[in-house]
Amino acid sequence: MNLDLRIPMGLMFSIIGVILTGFGAATNGRIDLYARSLGINANLWWGIVLLVFGQIMFHMGRRRQKKVALLPPEPIDDSEPRRGH
Amino acid sequence: MLLYFVFVLGIGFALKRYMKTSKDFFQAGRALPAWICGLAFISANLGAQEVIGMGASGAKYGLETAHFYGIGAIPAMIFVGIFMMPFYYGSKARSVPEFLRLRFDEKTRALNACSFAVMTVFSSGISMYAMARLIQALHVFDSLFQSLGLAPEGIFTFSIVLSAIIVLAYIFLGGLTSAIYNEVLQFFLIIAGFLPLVLLGLKNIGGWSGLKASLPVAYMHEWKGIMHASTNPMGIDIIGLGMGLGFVLGAGYWCTDFLVIQTAMASHNMDSARKVPLIAAVPKMVFPFLVILPGLIAIGLPTPHSTTAVFHNPDGSIVHQIDVVSTEQAEGRGIVPAKINPITGKPMTQADGKPLLDYDMATPNMLLHYFPTGILGLGLTALLASFMSGMAGNVTAFNTVFTYDLYQSYIHKGASDRHYMAVGRWATVGGILLSIATAYAAISFNNIMDTLQLVFSFVNAPLFATFLLGMFWKRTTGHGAFTGLITGTLAAVIHHGLTLPIEARPGIHGGWITVVHHYPSDMAQNFYGAIFAFVTNFIVAVIVSLCTKPKPESELVGLVHSLTPKPETSHLVWWKRPETLAIAVLVGAIALNLFFA
Repeated sequence: MNLDLRIPMGLMFSIIGVILTGFGAATNGRIDLYARSLGINANLWWGIVLLVFGQIMFHMGRRRQKKVALLPPEPIDDSEPRRGH
Repeated sequence: MLLYFVFVLGIGFALKRYMKTSKDFFQAGRALPAWICGLAFISANLGAQEVIGMGASGAKYGLETAHFYGIGAIPAMIFVGIFMMPFYYGSKARSVPEFLRLRFDEKTRALNACSFAVMTVFSSGISMYAMARLIQALHVFDSLFQSLGLAPEGIFTFSIVLSAIIVLAYIFLGGLTSAIYNEVLQFFLIIAGFLPLVLLGLKNIGGWSGLKASLPVAYMHEWKGIMHASTNPMGIDIIGLGMGLGFVLGAGYWCTDFLVIQTAMASHNMDSARKVPLIAAVPKMVFPFLVILPGLIAIGLPTPHSTTAVFHNPDGSIVHQIDVVSTEQAEGRGIVPAKINPITGKPMTQADGKPLLDYDMATPNMLLHYFPTGILGLGLTALLASFMSGMAGNVTAFNTVFTYDLYQSYIHKGASDRHYMAVGRWATVGGILLSIATAYAAISFNNIMDTLQLVFSFVNAPLFATFLLGMFWKRTTGHGAFTGLITGTLAAVIHHGLTLPIEARPGIHGGWITVVHHYPSDMAQNFYGAIFAFVTNFIVAVIVSLCTKPKPESELVGLVHSLTPKPETSHLVWWKRPETLAIAVLVGAIALNLFFA
């Protein structure tokens, strides 16, 4: 398959990370909202973690994609017969 | 949540271009890298049953639940990777039932294909039902429905239809590859959703030592008191555990269930295929922390009672938060509520008078307890993702088995490849419709879930014996395998009818023929039933095989251990070989077990 999973996955986690970080930054200091998570702004911190993770995945995927694009195309292997039905 | 759906569908669309042959559709072209298949292998198994069920077991039994992983899964995964993969992958069979056809005969395959097809459809339906119920209970869509002016009763149907459409769409378009890619996505999403939960929970309860202090001693030890049933919370003993869980049930699932095997068979060469279950074993060792700990924490927390709190926000607003605690919460333990009898309004009790706890709500309640708005969406999406990955795995297994083993073999042979691909797509639709029907049936017949799970255990238990004999003893014949499977299943059924766990009443828990023996718990009954099924299958298969004619050895090359050349791994650097990985996994697993003994 020519679609490296890391690209869409990286993208998704980056976007989630951005949303969470943004929301977390906007609601920083709201005690009633963060009482449940023991006063920690879970959105902000976890958002940053996910954003970093997403970016790493995305760039790993892009690097692979570029490497693969430089190789000659693979021949389709249909020579081996299948056994039984 | 919307984001997730967009991506899941997006991957499906992107992959459509690559779906040229049925091989691409059903087997992912056999071209996927090992790490993707490995993560999908474990993610296919990580359905909601795992995430919620393990949380529930953790709350009920404590750290001993980790045995499901340590003994029930890891050894079997190592075994299937090193020893069985060469046969599955090397035979170029396109499904597990097809392997049985090559190794034994048509009727063994038919038996396995039919029972498997039925099982996957029902499993998928149960997943849907459980997910819809959970969505209802957690009030996820309530505000959405209110703002649209729709009746809240429709939430159940909406959840089922929504999940069905999404899974249908991405499998219809992208086949197995789509399912596998999305399973990997779901794997990471589950970690993203549950890791913060565990971190917060542990911090709240005072770290590991705080957790230990708030729970009974046995809960925190994996192996303590394992020698005898009365000294551990699960009520099992070491033989039941080792043989029942480890050898039979665990191996039965991990070594023969096409749901997981299909992900390994999608890899691009033999070495990858062998490494897939091993790669999957690594996160499997670590996952207990993600899914079992929430259960432990849930039950260790102080039981809530109605409170009032006043918050002064920095922006000057004053918030009065009044938490009213319902009967079911107050009667529960920790944040695990009690089950309330809807008619009398009082908690339901088990045989010793204590309130019956709704353990399934342990993990969901943890999410609600610790996550503020924002990350709560992520946690709920992770939960949803786990349900959907379970469904997707079932559906792809179903469409492969249906198209190759049932349709192509019995209904319409020798048609063009495009025809089978079309059939596969329509089988997907059919499978999902049947699942929806099952989900609705589950509403009317309350016990249907339990009954179905029971039936699955009857069918799964003897399977491993058949495969073991088939792969390692060339004398095993088709007749032997067939009769062995049937008698093994019967043995499981009869065993269930004759025994009863101590705290239950006869009926769905057993003892419906007559009660001959009492087990300390239903886990123990489960494990021993599996042992009986396995042994019966084994003995019968051996006897019948010795009385019937086997296939000529020429037909069995590549299917049986003694007639297959050993896989060539000397071309790989030593640390890249599957065997090395297997040893590393084994050492890791033992180390973890020792640490938490």
